[in-house]
Amino acid sequence: MGDKIFTKQGWVESLRGLAGDYMVFVPVKEGDMYAFRHLDNDTKVAFDDYHNTRMSPKSIVYPQSERMFEYSLDKQDPDCNILKEVPKTFAPQAIVGIRPCDAHAFQISKRNFDTPEYRDPWWVQRYEATTLIGLGCNSPRSTCFCTAMGGGPFDEEGLDVLMFDMGETYLVRALTDKGEAFLGKLNGGRSADKTDREAALRLSDHVRDGMPDVVPVDPIRNKEIKDIFDASFWDDVAFACLNCGTCTFLCPACWCFDVQDEVYGREGDRIRNWDSCMFPLFTLHGSGHNPRAKKFQRVRQRFMHKFKYYVDKFDDGFQCTGCGRCVQFCPVNIDIRDVLRLMSDEPPVRLSA
Amino acid sequence: MENPYLPYPVCIDNIVTETDDRSLKTFRLVFINPEDRDNFVYAPGQFAELSVPGKGEIPIGIASSPTEEGFVSFTVNRVGLVSTFLHNMKEGDIIGIRGPLGNSYPWDRMEGKNVVIIGGGFAFTTLRSSIVFMIDPKNRSRFNNIRVVYGARNPGMLLYRDELMAWEKRDDIEMHITVDGTDDPDWKYNVGFVPSVTEEKITSADNAIAIVCGPPIMIKFTQPVLEKLGFSPENIILSLEMRMKCGIGMCGRCNIGDKYVCKDGPVFSQAEMKRLPPEY
Ligand SMILES: Cc1cc2nc3c(=O)[nH]c(=O)nc-3n(C[C@H](O)[C@H](O)[C@H](O)COP(=O)(O)OP(=O)(O)OC[C@H]3O[C@@H](n4cnc5c(N)ncnc54)[C@H](O)[C@@H]3O)c2cc1C
Ligand code: SF4
Ligand code: SF4
Ligand code: FES
Repeated sequence: MGDKIFTKQGWVESLRGLAGDYMVFVPVKEGDMYAFRHLDNDTKVAFDDYHNTRMSPKSIVYPQSERMFEYSLDKQDPDCNILKEVPKTFAPQAIVGIRPCDAHAFQISKRNFDTPEYRDPWWVQRYEATTLIGLGCNSPRSTCFCTAMGGGPFDEEGLDVLMFDMGETYLVRALTDKGEAFLGKLNGGRSADKTDREAALRLSDHVRDGMPDVVPVDPIRNKEIKDIFDASFWDDVAFACLNCGTCTFLCPACWCFDVQDEVYGREGDRIRNWDSCMFPLFTLHGSGHNPRAKKFQRVRQRFMHKFKYYVDKFDDGFQCTGCGRCVQFCPVNIDIRDVLRLMSDEPPVRLSA
Repeated sequence: MENPYLPYPVCIDNIVTETDDRSLKTFRLVFINPEDRDNFVYAPGQFAELSVPGKGEIPIGIASSPTEEGFVSFTVNRVGLVSTFLHNMKEGDIIGIRGPLGNSYPWDRMEGKNVVIIGGGFAFTTLRSSIVFMIDPKNRSRFNNIRVVYGARNPGMLLYRDELMAWEKRDDIEMHITVDGTDDPDWKYNVGFVPSVTEEKITSADNAIAIVCGPPIMIKFTQPVLEKLGFSPENIILSLEMRMKCGIGMCGRCNIGDKYVCKDGPVFSQAEMKRLPPEY
């Protein structure tokens, strides 16, 4: 299928027509912030004015809290103490308007949840049921550094469809079979012609030119873990940090979780919840020993994981997409780009604009 | 889709209190479904998550040997939420186990070698599994001499006491049992800390691999002794512990550098540990 052109209004109407086929998520404005919400008839879609959502869309594939198993604790019950999978359906869903950086984050997390040895059944099945319809970024923010992390404001990696905001219209391009199937179900639109395609290319090239250069992985990969781990800057980096966990909570590429049992009367659930390496409990042993008892050790872990351990483990970029959420929302202005520079001895990553 | 978080249901078949202070108990578990039992194929050094519904899961080294068929056993120290609840459970109760998880001791590399086993405190569990495995008539000829140093605070804190006494009597395994101290005038074995007993009794590193399992302090002081004896870092094998949840390398908490102790370990050589940060 070739590229298609939709009027902005026509596009949203077509999306509404998908209600029977997909659960559609779109960005909407809530207070001063944006969030991905379910599209229904009176949803005011914020494609035009939003930069990105405050919370990343990771929760659509990987909910903040997930019931894994349920069980009876009633001794009369023949299945007492036997864990049962919580029945779930993984109906087709689509995130429309996801930014390329956030789609990139799913590719990063997939390396963790979909491995040759084990596959996380909930993450994998929900991911497979999800179609990602990206919206290219015409005006990146000062906190955006996707290009430094190997992505870009119109990067296609991890997306099924890419939308170009052409002013009055969207140019919409299928990138995968999943994307074709999605567009195939949409009514309306016309085929894009050569002029449309050239305009889209000019737009994306222009935006790309204003963005920082890619940060090479090699300077970090070539260092020994211990050389960076023992560097003298960690105390300074961590000095102001409150260990609040905002950065990891908002990060589309952070995936750590905790598992807890919850009991209600004679029934119980095993639940998994997002967790954070910023919290001392994350690594506290039953004996009282804690390998990351100090704040600077936890701060160091976050950056070492993203820029060194991940690099060494997967040899495919960093565990960061450059979405800038942690930069924007850290209450004490810790800027991950400064830390990356310290770790890699590369010049600072900034929008040249 | 296969669910790696779903435990196999097992029945607690037998509970033995190991130590005089009753802080350690060995649980013998029997699979409820025969196909689960057939799937649970393990090697000494691996661990499993014991799943106590309503409380949670704990990673525990497998204390039984694959040569012991029909059950798996675990020796559990009473420390916090899950382990304390488990200590109060009874024979016949149902729990779950998930595994086997992690790597094992390097059995391929140990073949044809002299094996030195050094254990302290309750970390002796997977070493018990290893000893039972090696002295099994089917396996004994695969290894040269087997030397064991095992220490506890006092005689009442030694695990598997009947078995220790039986191994003492055998001539195909050299036992050096030691305690930090004792007021028992009839104590026939060593008195002294594991590192010094190792130095005194293990006189040669010739063609040998050492497996070391114990509290951090013991490991710390045993390493230089082994190096002095001539063990290279590749031939010193350690089993490590970190707080765990998933056990399959996904929840992110048990890392030391770029390694997850649950999936890449828990067994590492001293040589591997040298490149990793000492954050454990
Ligand atoms: C590979 C491995 C093998 C082990 N083998 C044994 C063994 O054979 N016998 C034994 O008694 N103990 C063993 N441990 C330690 C044992 O897992 C902890 O003592 C136990 O998890 C404490 O749980 P709790 O609920 O009683 O304590 P709490 O302090 O209430 O812990 C809460 C939860 O945190 C996690 N946790 C806490 N401490 C640890 C820890 N040290 N290691 C891993 N997870 C932890 C568990 O999920 C636990 O349920 C082993 C640990 C590891 C990593
Ligand atoms: S958001 Fe900032 S203050 Fe909060 S944990 Fe992250 S780095 Fe520290
Ligand atoms: S580390 Fe910060 S910039 Fe990088 S993906 Fe996470 S929230 Fe975005
Ligand atoms: S226990 Fe979850 S990653 Fe190791």
